[in-house]
Amino acid sequence: MEFFKIRRDIPFMENALIFNVVSLITFLAAVFFLFSRGLHLSVEFTGGTVMEVNYSQPADIEAVRRVVSGLGYTDVQVQNFGTARDVLIRLPAQKGVSSAQQSDRTLTALKAADPAVTLRRVEFVGPQVGEELVSNGLKALFFVVAGIMVYLAIRFEWKFAVAAIVANLHDVVIILGFFAFFQWEFSLAVLAAVLAVLGYSVNESVVIFDRIRETFRRQRKMTTVQVIDHAITSTISRTIITHGSTQMMVLSMLLFGGATLHYFALALTIGILFGIYSSVFVAAAIAMWLGIKREDLVKHQSKREGDPNDPNAGATV
Amino acid sequence: MNRYPLWKYAILVVALVIGVLYTLPNFFGEDPAVQVSAARGAVRVDAALEARVTNALTQAGIQPLGIERDASSVKARFPNTDVQLKAKDAILKALVPDPNDAAYTVALNLLSRTPAWMGVVNARPMYLGLDLRGGVHFMLQVDMQSALTKKAESYSGDLRTILRDKNIRHAGINRNGQAIEIAFRDPAALQAARGVLADQFPDLQVADRVDGDTTMLVATLKPEAARKVQDQALKQNMVTLHNRINELGVAEPVIQQQGVDRIIVQLPGVQDTARAKEILGRTATLEMRLVDESSEGRAAEAGAGPVPFGSERFLQRDGRPVIVKKQVVLTGDNLTDAQPGFDQQTQQPKVDLTVDAKGGRIMRDVSRENLKKRMAIVLFEKGKGQVLTAPVIQSELSNRFQISGSMTTIEANDLALLLRAGSLAAPMEIIEEMTIGPSLGAENIAKGFHSVAWGFAAICVFMIVYYNLFGVFSSIALGVNLLLLVAILSMLQATLTLPGMAAMALALGMAIDSNVLINERVREELRAGASPQAAIHAGYDRAWATILDSNVTTLIAGVALLAFGSGPVRGFAVVHCIGILTSMFSAVFFSRGLVNLWYGRQKKLKAVSIGTVWRPGADGAITKAE
Repeated sequence: MEFFKIRRDIPFMENALIFNVVSLITFLAAVFFLFSRGLHLSVEFTGGTVMEVNYSQPADIEAVRRVVSGLGYTDVQVQNFGTARDVLIRLPAQKGVSSAQQSDRTLTALKAADPAVTLRRVEFVGPQVGEELVSNGLKALFFVVAGIMVYLAIRFEWKFAVAAIVANLHDVVIILGFFAFFQWEFSLAVLAAVLAVLGYSVNESVVIFDRIRETFRRQRKMTTVQVIDHAITSTISRTIITHGSTQMMVLSMLLFGGATLHYFALALTIGILFGIYSSVFVAAAIAMWLGIKREDLVKHQSKREGDPNDPNAGATV
Repeated sequence: MNRYPLWKYAILVVALVIGVLYTLPNFFGEDPAVQVSAARGAVRVDAALEARVTNALTQAGIQPLGIERDASSVKARFPNTDVQLKAKDAILKALVPDPNDAAYTVALNLLSRTPAWMGVVNARPMYLGLDLRGGVHFMLQVDMQSALTKKAESYSGDLRTILRDKNIRHAGINRNGQAIEIAFRDPAALQAARGVLADQFPDLQVADRVDGDTTMLVATLKPEAARKVQDQALKQNMVTLHNRINELGVAEPVIQQQGVDRIIVQLPGVQDTARAKEILGRTATLEMRLVDESSEGRAAEAGAGPVPFGSERFLQRDGRPVIVKKQVVLTGDNLTDAQPGFDQQTQQPKVDLTVDAKGGRIMRDVSRENLKKRMAIVLFEKGKGQVLTAPVIQSELSNRFQISGSMTTIEANDLALLLRAGSLAAPMEIIEEMTIGPSLGAENIAKGFHSVAWGFAAICVFMIVYYNLFGVFSSIALGVNLLLLVAILSMLQATLTLPGMAAMALALGMAIDSNVLINERVREELRAGASPQAAIHAGYDRAWATILDSNVTTLIAGVALLAFGSGPVRGFAVVHCIGILTSMFSAVFFSRGLVNLWYGRQKKLKAVSIGTVWRPGADGAITKAE
């Protein structure tokens, strides 16, 4: 079987400008939603209490909400979680009331309304933990970005490092934009997914850059644009198949992983789709705008290959 | 060119064998069990206890699958949870007749069915996280500021006493936050005080502040002393928590320090959070009281008479009764420190006690009047007192004194711990809490397992359809990757959580990338007209650089998560990082081994089974390699 019967190199870079404009618009939209709507942060970040309770028959969300509001909470969220019988209740952190009292009181009230209710999970996070998580998350992001840039700069060249990071941060911002637009819950697991995506989609750029370098070495007559087109074309089948395989795994998590892994898998899905797009169209295009040249990549090689016994070494014609 | 020397195959076989050996324990499943351990330090876990457990079970007509004993507990296995619950009741009835005075902790547990010989090579199943087995998780923050303030308060009392004793006139001692300010009007007194401070209080650093005609000596804790105070406060709180959790009857509690001022408590299997929290937050009290040495008291102690009026009967840790007066000499609030050590003269183990200034005064008066009599130290928990020790007062005491004689080093350490553990060194606050029901845990395992299994199956089917035999190799390599990943996690005794299982799925999804890269490269070489053997060789060779680069970047992200993540993210990151490393081994080294084994010996290889190698017509031969 072969999906990709490509006769000629596809002129990706001819349309680079269009793709970059599309990217820019998506990016700006994501930033806009991030600021206008904000992320719907989970309790882990904001502090507060989450309770998951289970009823023997489909739960009456309104009734549960009434019971919990009756306890004097102003900002309570009650929603189904996974199935119609599971209910997720979020309570804001309260000063002076310990988490223990909070969850115990709520459960007692719910039991009074319907004795069949059982507690499945309680999570309480103090506000100070949340603040720390935010700062640690940002540190992790910074560390990943810096680490990848340094590695790529050493292994390739700074122009590639910049291109890869810009392209992949653009992915991250777009994932966050999706979470802001749909107000999906942004939890620690999603943060882990976002950072994993950052590492993963840099892969993609690395594979293409690798090919660009190799093509520069082998095809001396090609122009930079042709080299980039050739590199993308010859790796496109691997790109699609790899991402397809990873996506199969993620899809399996989305289908079987249940509510806990739902947003994690969703973040990965968006990350994988945009990862392909950004590596092919954004990273390579930025590298092109930054003006990569054959000399940037090939000079190390030619020095190493130079034969010290060659009488003509260093001679120019 | 496509042959591995024998040693490379040997490595592959060894890796496989080790992988299988360490992965296997995870598949034996678990037996419900009842675990009996000592609730108090003086209670021994020995063959006699094992016999009592066996007896109790036989009398109740319960046939255990097996009974085993290790240094700290006796465990009995049962075929199902119904029998397990009945057995727990039977054992409780036999060993713990009075629930208010429990000598043993009887807890429900799960024991792995792994055969004993596997345990010898440390092949044990992975430890399941709370989200997979159900239980309670707490993160407690120790209020270090208040520990430091408490210390400063006790120092200011000490300073007041010592300055009075040395007849140094000061114009007032005040505690200001964590600093102690001593005002002086007389420069000579100031100098004298400075000398005393330098001499007797090595943990304090002193600065001057002139305020009108008075000069202030401002004493603060040196940074290293403050660190020590904080460290001790944390340790003491952990010990206290440990003692209290023992009472809950949890089979495998986890009490860990996190950072400088946090403690994590995990109680697998516990569902009653309200009770757990009540017990964790309880305050124990320590009291020093005189032993009733009257003749009636002595008689009562020997069991030959009633307890006299105004006295109480308590048990010592070894079970001997002591008759103690009801009047309290000092409480644990006055006790500032208890440290084990050695007596300079006799070289015997001892415990050094320090009480605050007020306690020192009381101690001096009481000891002067009660020389050669016994003083009992009673620990009250849950309204029930226990005498930790009842030494004889040998001389007039001050605010520092020692308990010595007929103790081993271990006993001295224990006693010091117990004395300190009587109360929390500093208040604690629950800042994170999680309860997971047991059914949710089982569901999470099933969900995680299904995600991995179906994703894995889908990838294998696709790879085999698309790449034929090479797809089979890739799938086997992916299977080996999973095997090694689980084996390494089991070896490290890592805690498996749901995010960890997600990371496993993701690691497999990403690992296939290496095989796709290789297979595509081999096809490309074939397309360009290379001979099959040359194509395999070049395909693996050229793909390697790319695989390395892309794995390193993924690894950078993984390490960052490991460094800055906490809780679930850490679990994810550990699996993610290990998965990347094992994937390099299996996807490149192992799959090459398979290919070499299959094709390597065929000198005149005509074709390899890697699916369609499509060749463009002459017009589109731009992909031709030079």
